[in-house]
Amino acid sequence: MTKEMTCIVCPIGCQLTLEPQGDTFAVSGNKCPRGQKYAIEEMTAPKRVVTSTVAVDQGMYPVISVKTEAPVPKELIFEVMKDISKVMMPAPVVIGDVVIENVQGTGINVVATRNA
Amino acid sequence: MLKYELVVVGGGPAGLSAAVEAYEQGVRKILILERDKELGGILNQCIHNGFGLHRFKEELTGPEYSRRYIDMLDETTIEILKETMVLEISETKVVRAISAERGYMEIEAEAIVFSMGCRERTRGAIQLQGDRPSGVFTAGTAQRFINMEGYMPGKRVVILGSGDIGLIMARRMTLEGAKVEAVCELMPYSNGLTRNIVQCLEDYDIPLMLSHTVVKVHGKSRVEGVTIAKVDENLRPIPETFQRIDCDTVLLSVGLIPENEITQNAGIMVDTRTNGPKVGELRQTEMPGVFACGNVVHVHDLVDFVSEEGALSGLGVAKYLKGELETASNFTTANGDGIGYVVPQTVTMSNVDDQVTFYMRVRSVYDRHIVRAYQGDTLVAEKKERKFLPAEMVNFKIKKDVLANLGDGEIRFVVEEV
Ligand code: SF4
Repeated sequence: MTKEMTCIVCPIGCQLTLEPQGDTFAVSGNKCPRGQKYAIEEMTAPKRVVTSTVAVDQGMYPVISVKTEAPVPKELIFEVMKDISKVMMPAPVVIGDVVIENVQGTGINVVATRNA
Repeated sequence: MLKYELVVVGGGPAGLSAAVEAYEQGVRKILILERDKELGGILNQCIHNGFGLHRFKEELTGPEYSRRYIDMLDETTIEILKETMVLEISETKVVRAISAERGYMEIEAEAIVFSMGCRERTRGAIQLQGDRPSGVFTAGTAQRFINMEGYMPGKRVVILGSGDIGLIMARRMTLEGAKVEAVCELMPYSNGLTRNIVQCLEDYDIPLMLSHTVVKVHGKSRVEGVTIAKVDENLRPIPETFQRIDCDTVLLSVGLIPENEITQNAGIMVDTRTNGPKVGELRQTEMPGVFACGNVVHVHDLVDFVSEEGALSGLGVAKYLKGELETASNFTTANGDGIGYVVPQTVTMSNVDDQVTFYMRVRSVYDRHIVRAYQGDTLVAEKKERKFLPAEMVNFKIKKDVLANLGDGEIRFVVEEV
């Protein structure tokens, strides 16, 4: 079955067409190779970077922003959010500081994206 | 009186980039005036990622992007005054400001960069009917509440308008446990970037209702629901389609307007197409020594281009202070069929290095079309794109040697079928 999707790797947003081909898919419509990689990954193991905030003690604001250092499996997004909501960081925090190590066993850290 | 070579009004991405570039070009006495308690502007609340793909070749979050520039500033002698609000600029380029720390100030500036950014259109601007309960916010206000102040403005949400901030907030509130019932968009197409529609709505099965609007807000002290409706081709609500959705929060993402009170008070005319001052290739305004860049000139969709524009104005300032900025322009730009506006509005060839980037927006969605630049009937250059969307700024570069073949006059940009 042919499938259509929009590539979101970069803001161009190419319209991709996927044709099943054995174990994998033939991708067309992509302006660059990243589109092909994205399409196949979306079909087999979709991933997203999660960005959110964690509470901070004694900072300029009550929360600071954080992100997963790399994309995590899409089905884990809400689990990752639950873990993030439990954290309280003491100030000072510097961009890149690890907030949660190996979140949900993904091997990926949640890190601070601003100073506090 | 305090004296500076350059005073930058607004320490968001445009102003930071302008200051850094001016410094790199040899300008030394630079002061940035920032209204908020920290630099970075709107980026500080844009905690999602996707910034910097053009500028830094990596995907950063908003605060990380602004931090890159703040770190660059730290390497310089550029001075910064935060919690300082500029009141007005005199004809002689005296900047009058109020600072939390220093009170009223007058600063003499040889050059000024306007980088005040833009603000969101509000309920009043779109004349939303119904009661006035609490729970109606602009998307950006909700974003600041959640991402900086750390509290959730509501649990069941309807978003009116599919601008990027609205889309981003649909995801953000969903992640924080709210239920986003729908995003209603008056137009038959979204005003947000495609990647935001996919990543923020489709990922979470949030319905995007095109050609729909909110006709009424219900609730006494707090929002209890909205009535939405489909609109006809004249954008008028169709009564048979009225539908009530229960919710406690309405977010408005209905457009941004450049913030130009200071510009206008200084006597600089605002272009009705962009809602920003008319600018030249180095973002010089009609007032000598006054430059403008970023969302105060026209609303951008990617911060990378805001930074690019900031850098142009920084370069312009440096040239101006050295007396090298040529003022008589060679070209004016015009928006022909299908084009809403073009920036810059004038081009002076002797100030151009190697090429000019013309930023413009198309008026509606165009498939299999091309944007062409003409002088009279002569085709100057063309720009191909898979698809032109009003949400995505067109970035049309023309080489200096191509422009050099033209006589002085108007360059007109049009959308044509291929
Ligand atoms: S295929 Fe390449 S160019 Fe097209 S959207 Fe994806 S990353 Fe961008």
